[in-house]
Amino acid sequence: MSVLEIVLRSVAVLVCFMVLPLVLGQAEHKVMAHMQGRLGPMKAGGFHGWAQLIADGVKFAQKEDIVPRAADKPVFRLAPAVSMFSYLLALVAIPFTPSTVAGDLPASLVYVLAVSGIATVATLMAGFGSGNKYAMLGAFRSAAQLVSYEVPLILACASFAMAAGSLSIGGIVHAWHPIWLLWQLPGAIVLLIAATAELQRPPFDMPVADSEVVMGAMTEYTGLRFALFLLSEYAGIVVMSALFAALYLGGWNGPFDGALGFVWMLLKTAAVAFVVLWVRMSWPRLREDQLQRFAWFFLVPLALFQLALTAAGVIYTA
Amino acid sequence: MNSGLLGYLVVLGVTLGGVGLFTAAMVVRRVLAPRAPSGAKLATYESGVDPSGGDWQQSGFRYVAYAFLYVVFAVDAVYLFPWALVLRTSGLGIASVVEMGIFILVLLVGLAHAARRGVLSWL
Repeated sequence: MSVLEIVLRSVAVLVCFMVLPLVLGQAEHKVMAHMQGRLGPMKAGGFHGWAQLIADGVKFAQKEDIVPRAADKPVFRLAPAVSMFSYLLALVAIPFTPSTVAGDLPASLVYVLAVSGIATVATLMAGFGSGNKYAMLGAFRSAAQLVSYEVPLILACASFAMAAGSLSIGGIVHAWHPIWLLWQLPGAIVLLIAATAELQRPPFDMPVADSEVVMGAMTEYTGLRFALFLLSEYAGIVVMSALFAALYLGGWNGPFDGALGFVWMLLKTAAVAFVVLWVRMSWPRLREDQLQRFAWFFLVPLALFQLALTAAGVIYTA
Repeated sequence: MNSGLLGYLVVLGVTLGGVGLFTAAMVVRRVLAPRAPSGAKLATYESGVDPSGGDWQQSGFRYVAYAFLYVVFAVDAVYLFPWALVLRTSGLGIASVVEMGIFILVLLVGLAHAARRGVLSWL
């Protein structure tokens, strides 16, 4: 691999990071407008409110830039960058076809789980660095939620790794078989719910519950710094949806996958992302202690059950 | 060089690109965003009233229980992934499943103990 190729691959990842979350954001505007009868997102630019995202971007760029006097300034300024890096780096290891992956890492599943954990650090930095009580409480909630849902997320991913006998996402997609849709169903449910919670999307948005802690750890942020947090949240939805599509829905597998593998992977990712958006628009948020009990008393046991089921299946067929 | 290391070169490239992207965004912010600081704007936001006290205050510490539980299960996860790879090795399969079962059972006893002591219920 030449230097040029490394540069091209890196640029491709950066372009994906800039484009895919925006497409998702636009989709969220439109889906939400239709599902909840909202008129606002359908207005800007005329036809179907196509320019809403541009209007948002302009608005973010011209907001006044404020660093509160009480803030721990270097930490406060650096937090959006750290948050951006977690899902930007995760995007490197997502395979679109057997040969289309920006960086072919040997244990890409472990790598994606590891770098997506950086998001927790960013939220804590923002919460502690703001010198604000709402931000502090939001960061507490977020940290507790992120570590609690990390456990079922990792257990579910381990089940897929066991079923395939590989720690590489590409290797898992290669080993995928339609019977997984039934065999790995409990693990898939855990994975989808835990991923939604990791992203702090409703109904798991207690850390940013506006009626209680304003915007949680992001309360003091304005303008482009705030926009970077949003960008990384949507990039997170893209990464988690792609992960779910690859592990459970078979990634690029589909009719004519020699030529159309890319399309299948994108369609599956889009479908999962749509479910994540849909859930946001339909369900109220869980209370903090309900949310924790749900993780420890429902998701963790279900994930362990899935591990036992997978182990039994692997031993039986081996 | 094997393919694994080359993959990490892309990770390095994306990291450098990300630094560039963040720097560019901050330059754009500096150029475009208006700045007119005033005492009220720089004050800590507390729903529009004057902030009371500083950021160092006593607060509930109950979240620490989740941190402990997480550490217990995160250690478990470290062992799960290597196990996922050797499960198919002949001679290791059944024996490793039984051993892993005992290991996870011990962790579950910990979770049950936490639940019985009421760390996970607030009300």
